[in-house]
Amino acid sequence: MATDEPNEASPVEPGGTAESEAGPSRRELLVKGGKVVAGIGVAALLGNLGNWALSYAADKEPIKIGILHSLSGTMAISEVSLRDTVMMAVEEINAKGGVMGRMIKPVIVDPASNWDLFAEKAKQLLFQDKVSVTFGCWTSVSRKSVLPVFEKNNGLLFYPVQYEGEECSRNVFYTGAAPNQQAVPAVDYLMSKEGGGFTKFYLLGTDYVYPRTTNKILRAMLLAKKVPADKIMEEYTPFHHQDYQTIVGKLKKFAAGGGAAVISTINGDSNVPFYKEFANQGLRAEDAPIMAFSVAEDELRGMDTSALVGHLAAWNYYQSVDTPQNKQFVANFKAYCKKNNLPDGDKRVTDDPIEAAYFGVYIWKQAVEKAGGTEVDKVRKAVYGSKFMAPGGEIMMDAANHHTYRPVLIGEILADGQFKVVSRSPGLVKPEPWSEFTNPDKGCDWVGHQGTYQK
Amino acid sequence: MMISLRHTVATLGIVGLFLLFGPSRAIAADGPVTAPSTSSIEQALTQLTSEDESIRDAAIRVLISQGDAGLVPRLEGIRASASRSIRQAIKPLMDLLKNRAKLASPDSDARRSAATDLGSSGNPSAIPWLDAAKVNESNKWVRYTMEESSALIKLASDDPSTKLAAAEKLGELRSGNAVPALKALVEAGAVAEATEQQKVLAKVAEAAIDRIETWGDWANAIETIFRGISLSSILLIMSLGLAIVFGLMGVINMAHGELMMVGAYATFVTQQCFTAWFPPDVFDWYFPVALPVAFLAAAGSGFLLEATVIRFLYGRPLETMLATWGVSLVLMQAARVYFGDLTAVVAPGPLRGGAQVLVGVYLPYNRIFIIALSIVCVLGIYFALFKSNLGLRVRAVTQNRNMSACLGIPTRKVDSYTFAFGSGLAGIAGWVLTMVGNVDPGLGQNYIVDAFMVVVTGGVGKLAGTIVASLGIGGLNKLIEPGLGAVYGKVFILVMVILFLQWRPSGLFAMKGRDAD
Repeated sequence: MATDEPNEASPVEPGGTAESEAGPSRRELLVKGGKVVAGIGVAALLGNLGNWALSYAADKEPIKIGILHSLSGTMAISEVSLRDTVMMAVEEINAKGGVMGRMIKPVIVDPASNWDLFAEKAKQLLFQDKVSVTFGCWTSVSRKSVLPVFEKNNGLLFYPVQYEGEECSRNVFYTGAAPNQQAVPAVDYLMSKEGGGFTKFYLLGTDYVYPRTTNKILRAMLLAKKVPADKIMEEYTPFHHQDYQTIVGKLKKFAAGGGAAVISTINGDSNVPFYKEFANQGLRAEDAPIMAFSVAEDELRGMDTSALVGHLAAWNYYQSVDTPQNKQFVANFKAYCKKNNLPDGDKRVTDDPIEAAYFGVYIWKQAVEKAGGTEVDKVRKAVYGSKFMAPGGEIMMDAANHHTYRPVLIGEILADGQFKVVSRSPGLVKPEPWSEFTNPDKGCDWVGHQGTYQK
Repeated sequence: MMISLRHTVATLGIVGLFLLFGPSRAIAADGPVTAPSTSSIEQALTQLTSEDESIRDAAIRVLISQGDAGLVPRLEGIRASASRSIRQAIKPLMDLLKNRAKLASPDSDARRSAATDLGSSGNPSAIPWLDAAKVNESNKWVRYTMEESSALIKLASDDPSTKLAAAEKLGELRSGNAVPALKALVEAGAVAEATEQQKVLAKVAEAAIDRIETWGDWANAIETIFRGISLSSILLIMSLGLAIVFGLMGVINMAHGELMMVGAYATFVTQQCFTAWFPPDVFDWYFPVALPVAFLAAAGSGFLLEATVIRFLYGRPLETMLATWGVSLVLMQAARVYFGDLTAVVAPGPLRGGAQVLVGVYLPYNRIFIIALSIVCVLGIYFALFKSNLGLRVRAVTQNRNMSACLGIPTRKVDSYTFAFGSGLAGIAGWVLTMVGNVDPGLGQNYIVDAFMVVVTGGVGKLAGTIVASLGIGGLNKLIEPGLGAVYGKVFILVMVILFLQWRPSGLFAMKGRDAD
């Protein structure tokens, strides 16, 4: 760039006109300035070198990790909590002496809810900051955007949110639920006698990859369970849809006579208008319960919950899970938010993605310690089959498919925005990224096979 | 034309008021309580946990006929320690007893919901309860639900004559809930080996379905019209402020949506003040109080925006657009950083729920309120622009700035007030939108495109155009949404608007004469 205009850019050789106007005094000044700048530069370089040499000598060079969550834009409301959680885990680990005696140094970038920027920031983390691991992403589209970057450069990403499955990447560990750990058991529950024995299903979602894929799986599952096709309705709305009058009207007609349930994959800010309209048109949770996959405690904080009480959600963790380590975790999280003056302080709540983001950091730490270093290939092998006592109970990483064994919990929304667990899977559920209903012939295995394979 | 409009407005207002306050809240009716014989109940309670299903069922029958809601806590205790199959057997019993007690609740919603639950439970022992409660019921719709539930249970009975009467009754009630059961009866009558009785029943059921479905179509039509009007009123309320700022002043204010957001957050802040400083029983008053707060907050922000940014950019639409877009981003992120996401606005009591006006036709109060408010706003703006001194000046400055200045009108001040007024209207839109959606930093972005669409389609600078365009776009949207779905409905509307603007580039009501540019 500087070659285009060397005269203007170079301080030592100012342009002819400038020299003739300013005379020697200016020239002198520029030379002096140049020298000072160079001096500072050299000093800084030396200082840096010394610093680096010192830390190298003590073998205490910090391990850099990347945090890739949107801190501005539409997704910030959900993703900021995950950044806070990862930071809290890092602080805890550092307070206990770090990983193998080395401190963790988080590098936080803000992809600003912009899918293209996610890939760019991921590149920055890998090439410029040279992080050992990245914790990040929320929406499926952001994950799809960074996937090629991590795969091509052999990076490592921990992805903490439930998703639609049909993915099996060597460079991603999925600590949230696969469809068979959330959507499928939730519908199973609704069909069971205990869950109400529902026979009609209204699949309602926002129009993007997660709801479409999830509903494809659910439809295949319902048809396989002999639910007639005319008892299944599927409908999508645009992002940020606010006017649910017509849809609730249709739903009312569909639910007449009883036995109907709504499976909602509505995302983000459309939830409030939907639940409000549902209640205002005289429908009750008893007439047609809404089973939601994207409404957790953190989202409920920002809603008027009076219209939501009695509706259901399916997750792998709730803040109300009654274990001693969860009580400690919730208290720690609130204390952390308060101490660091984060918005809403100790009114903050934990939820499923927060727990998944939290134990993801610990799974990685265990793997690094087991592998004896941060090299991605070694860490990956060490993650397989590792266990961790997460706040909601012990979880286990799968031995080959990069997903996580987790329990499935169905919760009922209470007036205070918390969940009452109404059903719990007997043990941990094995994750299946390829659904048995839509892709029965596919499997995911990075040990015995090369990723996705034909069974 | 104005007179007829005002007539319609008045009628609508009265209808709205009637819908809000018309249906009187019913007075509690005490259901008959039979004195239970204590010993048999005690015995039944111990038999409940029996592993033998027949003993258990007998015990449940005894408890249903003799027990009351007072047993629920004890049943809860039994249930907590029981095995899964017993738990599942006790659950319906508890629900029955609870709902029976609720039939006598002072709250009409609770009575109604109990009646619905008893109907869907299908338990014949609920028939006498419902029939007894119906006699003393004063609320029309609760009585309707009790009759419907009772008939629904009877429809499932084994006695053909009861069935026949129930099917007729349900047809008379135009009960949508009965359609699946009636259809099953029709199917049973259609098979070859059907008995004569079944055939008769099928015929009656078919007639009932026909009646119900004809009514359903009507109800649907009425609801669709209401939805169209409701969406139109929301569009109108959002666009009014823009119609003034963009339409009259020609300023493309991309931050208009964020001024709505300011109004919504002002409502939230008012609500927080009420919860913090006032007793809970005056909580509902936060909403009317928030109206002037929202208006002033948005008007103040607009005033500042005009004074610091826009006044330097009059007549340079591109620069205005970019600068205000930047302002909108700043405002959005500021709201996100300052308020976080704990920003639920709780609807005040009278605006929650809806009014049932006919069988199957439910009109939510918040929507009725928005329709009434949009009418009030239109009238307010009409008077402000065409009947007041300030309005005269505004119109004068819009038509010919230099001439107005020569005549001694302080054009600078008029600009500033007009902009603040338009911004204040955006604040009112934000205030009322908290009743429909949620308060978040993206609120303005959700609506701004629609608002511009309405103003442009209506014709820039024409208030009547904005009104007609919002009615047209809202109505059309609701008309095609049931068929096309929300996603393609929106696409269709956008295509229609683009085609329309190809045909009439200056919108529905184009400015005529020399001052059109």
